[in-house]
Amino acid sequence: MNANTSWQVFGVVIEHDAAGVKPVSLEMINAARKLADQISATVVAFYLCRDDGGGDDGNATATQRRQLAAEEKVADALIQNGADEVRFLTHPDLNIYIHENYSFALMRQLEKSRADYLFLPATNNGKELSAVLSAKLGVGVATDCVALSVSGDGDVAAVRPVFAGKALATVRFRGKTPHILTLRPNIFRGTDPAAAVPRRGEIFREDVALPEFSHQAQRLVKKAASQLDITEARIVVAGGLGMQSPANFKLLEELAEVLGAAVGASRPVVDNGWREYSNQVGQTGRTVSPDLYIACGISGSVQHLAGMSSSRCIVAINTDAHAAIFSVADYGIVGDVIKVVPALTHEFRKVLAA
Amino acid sequence: MKIIVCVKQVLDTAATIQIENGAVVSPGSSRIINPYDEFAIEEAVRIKEKNAAAEITILSLGPEGFNDAIKKALAMGADKAVHLLDRKFDGLDSYAAAKILQRYIASVPHDLILCGKQAVDVDMAQTGAMLATFLGIPFVTVATRIEFAADFQNAKITRQVEGGSEVRELPLPLLVTCQKGLNEPRLPSLKGIMAAKKKAVLTLSAADLGVDDGDINIADNRIVQENISLPAPRKKGRILAANEAAEEKVAAELVQILRDEEKII
Ligand SMILES: Cc1cc2nc3c(=O)[nH]c(=O)nc-3n(C[C@H](O)[C@H](O)[C@H](O)COP(=O)(O)OP(=O)(O)OC[C@H]3O[C@@H](n4cnc5c(N)ncnc54)[C@H](O)[C@@H]3O)c2cc1C
Repeated sequence: MNANTSWQVFGVVIEHDAAGVKPVSLEMINAARKLADQISATVVAFYLCRDDGGGDDGNATATQRRQLAAEEKVADALIQNGADEVRFLTHPDLNIYIHENYSFALMRQLEKSRADYLFLPATNNGKELSAVLSAKLGVGVATDCVALSVSGDGDVAAVRPVFAGKALATVRFRGKTPHILTLRPNIFRGTDPAAAVPRRGEIFREDVALPEFSHQAQRLVKKAASQLDITEARIVVAGGLGMQSPANFKLLEELAEVLGAAVGASRPVVDNGWREYSNQVGQTGRTVSPDLYIACGISGSVQHLAGMSSSRCIVAINTDAHAAIFSVADYGIVGDVIKVVPALTHEFRKVLAA
Repeated sequence: MKIIVCVKQVLDTAATIQIENGAVVSPGSSRIINPYDEFAIEEAVRIKEKNAAAEITILSLGPEGFNDAIKKALAMGADKAVHLLDRKFDGLDSYAAAKILQRYIASVPHDLILCGKQAVDVDMAQTGAMLATFLGIPFVTVATRIEFAADFQNAKITRQVEGGSEVRELPLPLLVTCQKGLNEPRLPSLKGIMAAKKKAVLTLSAADLGVDDGDINIADNRIVQENISLPAPRKKGRILAANEAAEEKVAAELVQILRDEEKII
């Protein structure tokens, strides 16, 4: 890019589910806005969804009006967080994420409206979609970015953890656009837009055509009821072998409930079958960056630290004053989890109720 | 049924690392099969146990040292291996690596391709899905369960998504990237290790693949690493109290700090 070309376009693909726009989507908008303000670029949000609404031509049904109202609310949230344009791309088959449909719709859109950089969430779906788009468009992709900067001529550099965060690599893109970045959840949180001057933006809706896929057997059979995912939670309460039994994880669940947190675990806890593998934190589990990570009875192996040491604030509870977990903890309590955790739950409940 | 398992060798996860001259070093640390690739190898071997007609090929793109990973994969029960080995392949990004893997796979029969969901060194999580896209075959990422129809023509695959899971049904040929939860990888048996010694490892260079500088070149990498550094050390923490202090007091102190100083709650 050079300064003579027209202003840049930052596209943001919004991830959403039954509960609405995911927090990481607003974080992406916020991150793109911050870059855009430094070089006068435009932030365009792409929201793929089913079409129940259609334009309100006066004949809309009640369902359609409800859908339209819901979309307006979504668009407003995206605009207040920093989007200049919100583009709804609609088709009945876009009611759920399926990479074939999503990538097709986005490819079509990118033929029509240019994007220099495209932001996706570093979620399982986002990282899948980034790979497909990169392969189809012949463009570069950097996943799981945790910091972004932009040079005067509009080149974006991204910092991404490698070796599960044991090192940080700064990467730049070359070649064709859009350059694709996936952003790690919980990192790019902005300030509450309610406090700022209201922003204005444009809203577009477009029906997209999707092909019939040759492999018809593809279908989404079921999606389990959502629970708070450890990678998306603001607070993670994690337990290790020091919890001593699966039954004792009840103590962590109670603490998590008071805090609105998700419960994580070390690998042996998962290998013992005490917790689900999707809750494993570490180099061969999930990498988390919450505001608060409470490690309970976790020794702090290299592999575990790799998955959580980028958390904003770390609290460790361990009977062993020399446990490695204390080397990364902001606050350490040398003590027995069985006694300390219930005391914390009680205290948080009291303070949060006040 | 022809199964191809893509295997990468990575630095031992227990290793701590240093940066020297812009590169990651970890003197004395060993190398291991990428843990997610082990789930892929194990899954292939389990399929073969149910379907004797299956043949498992390990496909590995990397330097000489990858031999160790290849041998272990063969010892776990794969039938043969193909090692794509050429100085020209050093330092490729995910896109370029997927292109080379595709070049080989497209030239041989393939019904099922299994990859790890990501390599725990570069942590990009892109190669599998890119490879499938280049091959033009359906794929599922982050799989935690794979079930086949009796005729092995279709598969029902559970994949992990944040806060839940979903199931997809797809026809073969198919690519799946494997996640923890899929299975428990076996340790190679002594018999397996002995048998592996006799299994064929075919080494192919860029020229053998018909890949030349014009096709694939580090100079064409779409991602350029400008800098690599260690994360800033965390500031020294505070120990709130030792064993003797009453839990209630310590808990109250911590909660007050998290609220008033850290402003987290
Ligand atoms: C290839 C590979 C990949 C790996 N990947 C991961 C990974 O992704 N994530 C991961 O976590 N591990 C991983 N590991 C395992 C890792 O090396 C450690 O074995 C593991 O993290 C230890 O888990 P832990 O802390 O729960 O158990 P331990 O190391 O046994 O620690 C238990 C801790 O609890 C404390 N304790 C005991 N009783 C109490 C009590 N009553 N109150 C308070 N504290 C108490 C002890 O002092 C001790 O520090 C991996 C290993 C390998 C080989």
